[in-house]
Amino acid sequence: MSVGVGVGLSGDAGATAKPAPPALEAIGLSKRFGTVLALDDVSLQLERGSVHALLGENGAGKSTLVKCVMGYYPADAGRVLVGGLEARIASPRDAAALGVGMVYQHFTLVDNMTVAENLVLARRQHPFIFDWAAEVKEVAAFMARMPFRLDPGKPVRMLAAGEKQKLEILKQLYLGSSIVILDEPTSVLTPSEANEVLGLLRGMAQGGQGGKGGKEGRLTILMISHKFREVMAFADEVTVLRRGRLAGRGRVADLTPDAMARMMVGEEPPRATQTRQAGPARATVLEIADLSADDDLGTPAVTNFSLRVRAGEIVGIAGVSGNGQEELVEVLAGQREPSAGRIEVSGTRYRARRAEMRGLKVRCLPDEPLRNACVGAMSVAENIGFRRFDRHPFTRGGTLVSGRALRRNAEALIVEYGIRTPGPDAPIGSLSGGNVQRAVLARELSEDVAVLVASNPCFGLDFAAVAEIRSRLMEARNRGAAVLLISADLDEIFALADRIVVISEGRAVHETPIGQADLGIIGRHMAGHA
Amino acid sequence: MGIGVSIGAISPLAEPSAGGAGALVATAEARRAARRKSAEAFAIPSVAILGALILFGIFVALTGRNPLAVYHEMYRGSFGTWFSFQNTLQRAAPLMLTALATALPLRLGLVVLGGEGAMVLGGLAAAAVGVHLHTPMSVKLGMFVVGALVGGAWMAGAGTLRAYRGVNETISTLLLNYIAIALLNHMVEGPLRDPASLNKPSTLPIGDDNMLGNLPGLDVHWGLVFGLAACLLTWFLMQRTTFGFAARMVGGNVRAALLNGLPVRRLIVVATFLGGLGAGLAGAVEVAAIHGTANASLVTGYGYTGVLVAFIARGNPLGVVPVALLLGGIGASGGLLQRVFDLPDATVNVLQGIIFLSILFSDSLYGGRWARKPAVAA
Repeated sequence: MSVGVGVGLSGDAGATAKPAPPALEAIGLSKRFGTVLALDDVSLQLERGSVHALLGENGAGKSTLVKCVMGYYPADAGRVLVGGLEARIASPRDAAALGVGMVYQHFTLVDNMTVAENLVLARRQHPFIFDWAAEVKEVAAFMARMPFRLDPGKPVRMLAAGEKQKLEILKQLYLGSSIVILDEPTSVLTPSEANEVLGLLRGMAQGGQGGKGGKEGRLTILMISHKFREVMAFADEVTVLRRGRLAGRGRVADLTPDAMARMMVGEEPPRATQTRQAGPARATVLEIADLSADDDLGTPAVTNFSLRVRAGEIVGIAGVSGNGQEELVEVLAGQREPSAGRIEVSGTRYRARRAEMRGLKVRCLPDEPLRNACVGAMSVAENIGFRRFDRHPFTRGGTLVSGRALRRNAEALIVEYGIRTPGPDAPIGSLSGGNVQRAVLARELSEDVAVLVASNPCFGLDFAAVAEIRSRLMEARNRGAAVLLISADLDEIFALADRIVVISEGRAVHETPIGQADLGIIGRHMAGHA
Repeated sequence: MGIGVSIGAISPLAEPSAGGAGALVATAEARRAARRKSAEAFAIPSVAILGALILFGIFVALTGRNPLAVYHEMYRGSFGTWFSFQNTLQRAAPLMLTALATALPLRLGLVVLGGEGAMVLGGLAAAAVGVHLHTPMSVKLGMFVVGALVGGAWMAGAGTLRAYRGVNETISTLLLNYIAIALLNHMVEGPLRDPASLNKPSTLPIGDDNMLGNLPGLDVHWGLVFGLAACLLTWFLMQRTTFGFAARMVGGNVRAALLNGLPVRRLIVVATFLGGLGAGLAGAVEVAAIHGTANASLVTGYGYTGVLVAFIARGNPLGVVPVALLLGGIGASGGLLQRVFDLPDATVNVLQGIIFLSILFSDSLYGGRWARKPAVAA
């Protein structure tokens, strides 16, 4: 199972006279789940040595298509050709045997094992007893042939997100995949990490250094994305899906972002409708003073962090993920005890107790709403009522919860916030990501808000939802809320923030008003050298 | 997150033009889902118990007995005659109470095995207090209140360790059982020993006049009413009150509970305390209605069987009632099996164990997973 890397093989690849068959071709794939046609007669062609982007909104069928190709689900109709030959792929194992590998959106690495162990672990076959010395040597030799390297002896938990993503890609190369499918590979990366990883992928597709694996020695890449910038910069070709159907395809060079957006949503892409309204400088509402907090392992994650946010202002916290943002949000949300420092809201000490959240009007939109803000098994109505279930008019006599009042309240908010749900009694865990986030928005923003903490509120959501959520944040700001926006997406921070604070290794290292914000300077501070 | 999109996003619901019709489809779908869910809640445990009975039947057949005959006798020994049914009810009563000690914290995601210890100490405390009170009414009242409170406090200790010090509640409650039993032995052989109890060290008897009597017209003591009432009250507490709502939030997702500012630690302590009340009361009832004194007979395993009951009922306080009857019946039929078939004493424990495993396995069948319906991602 070692990798047949052929540096010397790359010579004859492009020189053949007749056009080579596509590396991978899907023809007329359809897939039905119950009454829903998730994929309707979709075809896809990956040219050898190209980077192909698969664009579409959430629910457009991108993952279904890829999973049919990978053999997760049997397609109801259609066929898949690999290298021009009919392929029977009944499981990911079959796909791997044909050199088709997949990098998932979420890391599939074992955190407390080393880079080398993770690579060896990924192989299909293992000896009964490992000769680790030989394995490590082989991994090192493999690394030496790659265009980018990771220390084989380093534990994965010490790697940054970008390095983990690189390891996922290395893993596919190590397994000998010549066609690599990536599901939103940059969703957990910073812009510079994303650029680096995508640039490397593109280089390998073009048969540069490290081109390997398949007979032609070049990598073919299919990348699921909904970021136009990445598609424009790194993809050769694009296929766009909408509601399970092929909405368009073409060479990226021939397309504009606007044209692709129209294919994706079928109309003009919605934009944030709320605009920034200028107002006089107002009083400080949220004050964080010398806050420190440890991570789960007890090492300091946030160190002497101080910040003031005024009413009617959005302060954006920019930073490479893993620099204390998560812990900072958890402290503000009440999910983590600070180790030092104090937080004040409107001049009153705030310790994230329920009464304080209510009295001081502190609300939070955390990352991963289903994991952080909802109880998946409880109903939409109950989830929307989490902030107020113990208050009039949702209780009788202060102790009995009125299901009817919760439901009535939720019904109104479901309409107002456009939450697509089978009904207020459906478990919230059965909703799509965007609709879970809408339900959380409905809960957190439907009352008067003085402080709003939002962490990557648009992560993984489609266009329409992103535009809507940004509008709601801006609206909250315009109504006078102090908004703290923590985001790994610099574009988002630039679009919304009045002031930017850069966090690096748990400290606030740079602060600038949006008018004087300089992307280069911010980037240097994010990277920790400035 | 990005891929966790349900089929709803591309179903007709998503078509803006299909608004009204979509809503109708939606409610019908929701109703179907709700129907399926309640059907599951009944069908899956039933199938699991049936499977367990088949497995036990094979076990019985291997010992050379006719399984059908054994089941027939079991039925006779548990529900088949008025006499045996009353025996079953008598055994079910403490099971309902000890099951709550596990079922209630289970709702917050805690696995508590300490019903045995809380019951034993509840019984001991009740006996110790009972002898110092004088009128029959005050004796009973005092015993129940003190027994329940001691059981609650014992369990709340484990809850406090869990909430504020991160001590695993499953291990701590299990080990606390041994400490509780040792405490009982120490007290009845030492400070609280009735000098008249020779073969079996016991506390002073509370007196025949002060014993908890039987329900009118039945040969079953009032503990049954306590058990039923406690289950009903607990159900009401969990389903209808703000405490129950908060507890379900904690059990469903602690992070969400914290985000909403709930006092998670306090809720854990309160839930373990309330559960312990049930087990402590069970001990007090056993002393007041059966033994009349606290001694080693209190250590009957009702606390552990209660864990079984709570798990089979999936932590649902109303489900505890029929399951307690079922396991009470199995226990009641043990003697008959021994006499008629010469089966060993532990046979009914084998059946209980098989049912337990079968129910645990059946947990994997909820949510239609038996249909292998993959969620569509996008």
